[in-house]
Amino acid sequence: MPRRFIVNDPEKCTGCRICEMVCSAEKEGVFNPILSRIRTVELGVVLNTAVACRLCETPTCVKSCPRKALTSEDKSGIILVDESRCTGCGWCIEACEFGALALHPERKVVFVCDLCNGNPRCVDLCPKDALDLKTTEEVTQKMRGKVVRKLLEEDTHS
Amino acid sequence: MFGYAGRMLHVDLEKKKSHVETLQEDFCRDYIGGNGFAIKILYTHSSPKIDPLGPENPLIFAVGPFAGTMVPTGGKYIVQAKSPLTGFMGEAVSSGYWAHALKYAGFDAVIVQGRSEKPVYLFLDDDTIQFTDAGHLWGKDAIETMQMTREDIGDENVAVAAIGPAGEKGVRFACISNDRHRQAGRTGMGAVMGSKNLKAIAVRGTRGIKVSNLDGLREACKELYEQCQGPFTETYRVSGTPSSLLLYHTIAALPTRNWQDAVFEMAESIGDKYVRERWGVKAIACAGCPIACDHITVVKEGSEGKLLASVEFESLYALGSECGIGDFPTINKAVDLCDRIGMDTISTGVTVGWAMECYEKGIINSEHTGGIDLSFGHTEALLQVIEKIGNREGIGELLSLGVKRASEITGRGSSHFAMHNKGLELPGYDLRGLKASVLGFNTSTRGGCHLRSSVYDFDLKGKVDRFTAHAEYGKLVRDREDLWAIVDSLMLCKFIRGVLGTYEPLAKLYSLVTGFDIRPEELQKAGERIYNLEKAYNIREGWRRLDDYPPPRIMSDPIKSGVAKGSLVTKEEFDLMFESYCRHRGWTPEGLPTRSKFSELGLEDIANDVSIEREEA
Repeated sequence: MPRRFIVNDPEKCTGCRICEMVCSAEKEGVFNPILSRIRTVELGVVLNTAVACRLCETPTCVKSCPRKALTSEDKSGIILVDESRCTGCGWCIEACEFGALALHPERKVVFVCDLCNGNPRCVDLCPKDALDLKTTEEVTQKMRGKVVRKLLEEDTHS
Repeated sequence: MFGYAGRMLHVDLEKKKSHVETLQEDFCRDYIGGNGFAIKILYTHSSPKIDPLGPENPLIFAVGPFAGTMVPTGGKYIVQAKSPLTGFMGEAVSSGYWAHALKYAGFDAVIVQGRSEKPVYLFLDDDTIQFTDAGHLWGKDAIETMQMTREDIGDENVAVAAIGPAGEKGVRFACISNDRHRQAGRTGMGAVMGSKNLKAIAVRGTRGIKVSNLDGLREACKELYEQCQGPFTETYRVSGTPSSLLLYHTIAALPTRNWQDAVFEMAESIGDKYVRERWGVKAIACAGCPIACDHITVVKEGSEGKLLASVEFESLYALGSECGIGDFPTINKAVDLCDRIGMDTISTGVTVGWAMECYEKGIINSEHTGGIDLSFGHTEALLQVIEKIGNREGIGELLSLGVKRASEITGRGSSHFAMHNKGLELPGYDLRGLKASVLGFNTSTRGGCHLRSSVYDFDLKGKVDRFTAHAEYGKLVRDREDLWAIVDSLMLCKFIRGVLGTYEPLAKLYSLVTGFDIRPEELQKAGERIYNLEKAYNIREGWRRLDDYPPPRIMSDPIKSGVAKGSLVTKEEFDLMFESYCRHRGWTPEGLPTRSKFSELGLEDIANDVSIEREEA
């Protein structure tokens, strides 16, 4: 079964940051964005998105860990953190191109999205349905659709 | 405690010292948060009749118990101080991430006292309070200041509330801005901040906030999020507040050319549909809001590129119809100017509209304006005058005082059409044909305001006869004022009122978050307590019944055209409603709370300050 990961649709995302609140509450029992496994990004007011682990096929975070604290679960692709091995050195944080890992300020170990047993709270509670669980193929399909729509629009306008 | 951080930060700008005060459970239950906290702190920490722009005026920022949590729209903050515009209680509300950040840093409120010798900004880095030199920020616009402060600190996630040049220079309707284009706009709180040489408050909160019943809260909020995508918030989601413009124009309730008319012949060209199709980009949300009502517009400008702004209905009115301007790019530009300079768009527009009428009547001429043709509808003039107000130069010096003072200085009958109550310029609802609203806009403790009771809901939806004054409107206004005092203390957005606007669900959410078992009636009582305390503050500052009358134009110049043609509010009509309002409040017919009312609300100590002496006087 292909891997599903959390994707954000910037066209629907309003930058409300509710995903950060519900994730931190779910995982840590406290509302605190810096403990959220999904983080929001805002550029120039109207460009809003949220980023969580992409479940890479060849995860750079796993490769970068000098203490082999990170592994990628075979089927799901979820990154597992062996907290007894993690020293909080942060190499994985730098290695991830998406900023999907972060350091826990108290426990001093890294944390990352685990998809909440396949039913992520952020996806469930996103008020604008801007978050979804998708495979790479589904994302690719959506992008194809986007290109065609754009071509159509240009065609009608020309 | 849950929901509450349980702590208030005291900042002394003169000594550059701060200390933390622990909040007691009783205080939280009695005053709820936000508005309740702020007025209690303001009342307690200020002496009567102080100079609002002097160091002795405390500037208070407060959030509610929902800030930081997932409660929809719970991320608002309130700013209170004595207003340099009205001389009464000043109060302004904003939303965005700043409120959440303050809670995450571990504070429910911040009280700033004294005056710094040199410009500073405060950095609340959780418990580390830094007083940082702001010499390099002084003179910068509000948006630049927010960005530069974040760059200084090196963290894009730091939330910044800042003033622009107008606040530094003491423009009496200067605002406080945060999250780029959200403002605590009204009553000149930015001028108070500027008088303290305080340029900004940056907050980084990493402590988070816990709630009492997370599972219960999650379930309740999920339902609310879903309801927020339904019919009760549809207008906000699809059109935003600008949708009011055409509606009010159609029913002849859109103040035009300084309230000389109530229909605007160019309304279509600044109406929401036309604007959105032509310049709309996207609707965005404040932090923690599932609605997303902020419809951002971008106007292409010559070679300069694009100008992005957040243009709400009140700005469309004040900088549009009020000034006879039907050109959206001009309004977009004017909003951006006000946001950058740091001025309330309502007060700015209404003051300029008043000046335009003075110009039309020859009371002000081109000598006064420095050659600017201040005719209604003159787009360039609007933009030029906004800059002059921000700099307090030329005609801008007079206008920077607000319409009440400007008309008193100018004389020659110009007070007749100075559209304010208690010095606060009126928002865009022509009250002559909205007779429940006219009461609430004028009893408002912060002066002319649509958000202290918002009974226009009843006028506009035909739930009351909007053309006839009835005594029963007194109860409508009283009930809504108390409810809104609670909404402003829990610090929710009023745009959620269609799905969350009664005491019962509010009490339930409050219990889930705080763990305090509270009955809806107790919440209602707290609302009444908070409103009475605001009133007491105003009475201590010298409030008289006369201060609650609408401006003369509303009581003598009927609406000229449209379906409301001929409508006005007579003194007898207003008195009828006002006296009924006082009866429902348990106040004297002159509008003074009695000792027994104060006692009933647990405000015995306040009674000694304000009620008895005035009752006997």
